[in-house]
Amino acid sequence: MPKIIVEIMPKQDLLDPQGKAVANALVRGGNKDISGVRIGKRIELHFDREVTKKDIEEAKKQAKEFLSNDVIEDVVAVTVEN
Amino acid sequence: MRIGVITYPGTLDDRDAQRAIRLAGGTPVPLWHADDDLKKVDAVVLPGGFSYGDYLRCGAIAAKAPATKEVIKKAQQGLPVLGICNGFQVLVESHLLPGGLIRNEHQHFICRDQKLRVENNQTAWTNLFEKGEEIVIPLKNGEGGYIATEDTIKMLEEENRVVFRYLELNPNGSMNDIAGLTNERGNVVGLMPHPEHAVEPGFGPDTAVATRSGIDGLKFFQSALKALVNS
Repeated sequence: MPKIIVEIMPKQDLLDPQGKAVANALVRGGNKDISGVRIGKRIELHFDREVTKKDIEEAKKQAKEFLSNDVIEDVVAVTVEN
Repeated sequence: MRIGVITYPGTLDDRDAQRAIRLAGGTPVPLWHADDDLKKVDAVVLPGGFSYGDYLRCGAIAAKAPATKEVIKKAQQGLPVLGICNGFQVLVESHLLPGGLIRNEHQHFICRDQKLRVENNQTAWTNLFEKGEEIVIPLKNGEGGYIATEDTIKMLEEENRVVFRYLELNPNGSMNDIAGLTNERGNVVGLMPHPEHAVEPGFGPDTAVATRSGIDGLKFFQSALKALVNS
């Protein structure tokens, strides 16, 4: 299925409580070398046809304006699987 | 005076907000998220809860609802709008107020009677308070940590747009102890604590006088009615 994949991460300088909790659990579980965990989002936009350049532009716009909040998150990648 | 209260899927405190408006002397008007007709109300309250199950980000989907789009348009023309808790998150996601709200620093949901200082009594929702007045209203949130860029915080402080600040305890790690904000014009106010839960003796926070007698939230709604009469 053709899709556009948007990947979003919490900003580097922000505390990521979810990542911190998971990191603590991993270290407790014996993974002593894991020094940190950050958890983001992968959002897939599905199409019933081939993805066009215009779709990608629109996806980038939506990624910036709706799918992420630029106060707290960064869009790290917008990729296509046709 | 008719004050609308928007109900989104997952809203919890719409009935409490309606009751607060009634007790303050106004007429509450229930509004539905999917309806872009605001029924000619004189002001709007965006109540607390978990609109759309907090999917994507708290308030993010509600910010795109037909009713919210109308609120954004009218707020820019001066319509008084109060966003409480999830409603504050909707205002931030709608860009009517700057910054963002993230998970509480201590990672736990918190529910307590919270002391606040009224820093700005020139808004549509705070004009009956004294500047510097200390009030107590309930607070209950999981994602109430206010953050913004250094420049935004500086601008908010310089323009006196911090309306409420947490006193004695910062319950969620908010920058500069910010509990609530207003826009440039003073018609839009958003805050994490819940004034609508402190409007009737017997059901509010404890005070030095008697248990559950705190009604500091009532002045929010009375202020809006006063602002509307004067406008």
